[in-house]
Amino acid sequence: MHLDHELDEKFPHRHTYSAAHPQRPDGTRRALRIGLGGPVGSGKTATVAALCRTLRDQLSLAVVTNDIYTREDAAYLLREAVLPPERITAVETGACPHTAIRDDISANLEAVEDLEDDLASQGAGPLDLILVESGGDNLTATFSKGLTDAQIFVIDVAGGDDIPRKGGPGVSTADLLVVNKTDLAPYVGSDLEGMARDAKEQRGELPVIFQSLRGEPGVGPVADWVRAQLADWTGKAAHAA
Amino acid sequence: MSGAAAALLVLADGRFPAGGHAHSGGAEAAVKAGRVKDAASLGAFCRGRLHTAGLTAAALAAAAAAGHDPLALDEAADARTPSPALRRTARKLGRQMMRAARATWPCPELDALAAARPRGAHQPIVLGLAARSAGLTPLDAAHACAYENISGPATAAVRLLSLDPFDATAVLARLAPEADDVARRAVEAAEGDLADLPAASAPLLDITAEAHATWPVRLFAS
Repeated sequence: MHLDHELDEKFPHRHTYSAAHPQRPDGTRRALRIGLGGPVGSGKTATVAALCRTLRDQLSLAVVTNDIYTREDAAYLLREAVLPPERITAVETGACPHTAIRDDISANLEAVEDLEDDLASQGAGPLDLILVESGGDNLTATFSKGLTDAQIFVIDVAGGDDIPRKGGPGVSTADLLVVNKTDLAPYVGSDLEGMARDAKEQRGELPVIFQSLRGEPGVGPVADWVRAQLADWTGKAAHAA
Repeated sequence: MSGAAAALLVLADGRFPAGGHAHSGGAEAAVKAGRVKDAASLGAFCRGRLHTAGLTAAALAAAAAAGHDPLALDEAADARTPSPALRRTARKLGRQMMRAARATWPCPELDALAAARPRGAHQPIVLGLAARSAGLTPLDAAHACAYENISGPATAAVRLLSLDPFDATAVLARLAPEADDVARRAVEAAEGDLADLPAASAPLLDITAEAHATWPVRLFAS
């Protein structure tokens, strides 16, 4: 019987596919991968589009979308022209969006690697950041650590102001919780202070950002959080290399 | 202790993370066309698939597990897969199976095939090599492949038709003796010349796979 560390020595590639390693199999630095999950209609794709518009001039970035049964999200990003088409790719999830980001991440890992390989071979240089957007799901969806380095969970005020209180893996454990569409709060009777209190209760010191993409500062605070993640990760990658 | 019996269960488990969950094995197109609408028609669909595409795939898996040249088998698989959409699917799933196999049962043969076919070899060949690396026999590989050929559509039908999951699983249980028989025939064929490997196909699966690949809205990738 082989021991696992023995296999690691003989077949070092066996873990290099996973997000745990900061380097690609050829030894170059891979991009930071950030997952965005959350219920249907909470504004994941709008947040991804806004992040692309804000970050695309400073960073080399790409997007993987996971649609439930169409290519809607990828098509929306293409139509909005937030990134050139070669930087956007769609994964099909067979009616189970959470499976593709958590239980069987193989298709998403391939999409991520293909983006890195294809852009490198086109002379676009290394990618800094890949956003992996999940298909709209429920409150239990989380990204595997084998796929992403950090995850953002996006909920909105119109989906019910009791969602932070209900908790669940997405709300409680995501590296960043975004409460979107705050501009709608007065119209749907959502109690933002109560949501903030409940989120704090569920998440302790983990950050929460209340966001409205319909005015200033828009996606700015989330973009700042992404930049901080990237700075932190680039530092770690340099240390590991 | 070889662990081979349990290794076969790991490999054949529907939760083995090799991408199968996103594919229906043609069931989505058959459901849309009204050919699969209940447990009985699902059973007929799975039986047809098992004895055609299933037998061909199982023989390729058995041959790979027996140590035949995987690149020659990959060409044999192309020759037996006339539909370009199904070739793409087979290679995509082969690449995903390769990732899972190299993490679970790494071996130099898997490495060599991954290097020769970075975008994926046909899935049954990778499955056969994975079985070989796990210490399994060609018959084990054929069993895993034959079972997967019918369990994929059955699971998809549960999602597509809201079919009673007990009924769908009973369909698989009823087909077990035939799946055993297909696996046995696959191994016998794999013992002979590569050119004589089974080339059974289901033309309707090929045709509907091509149409399905163009649908703008679908639940499954194939």
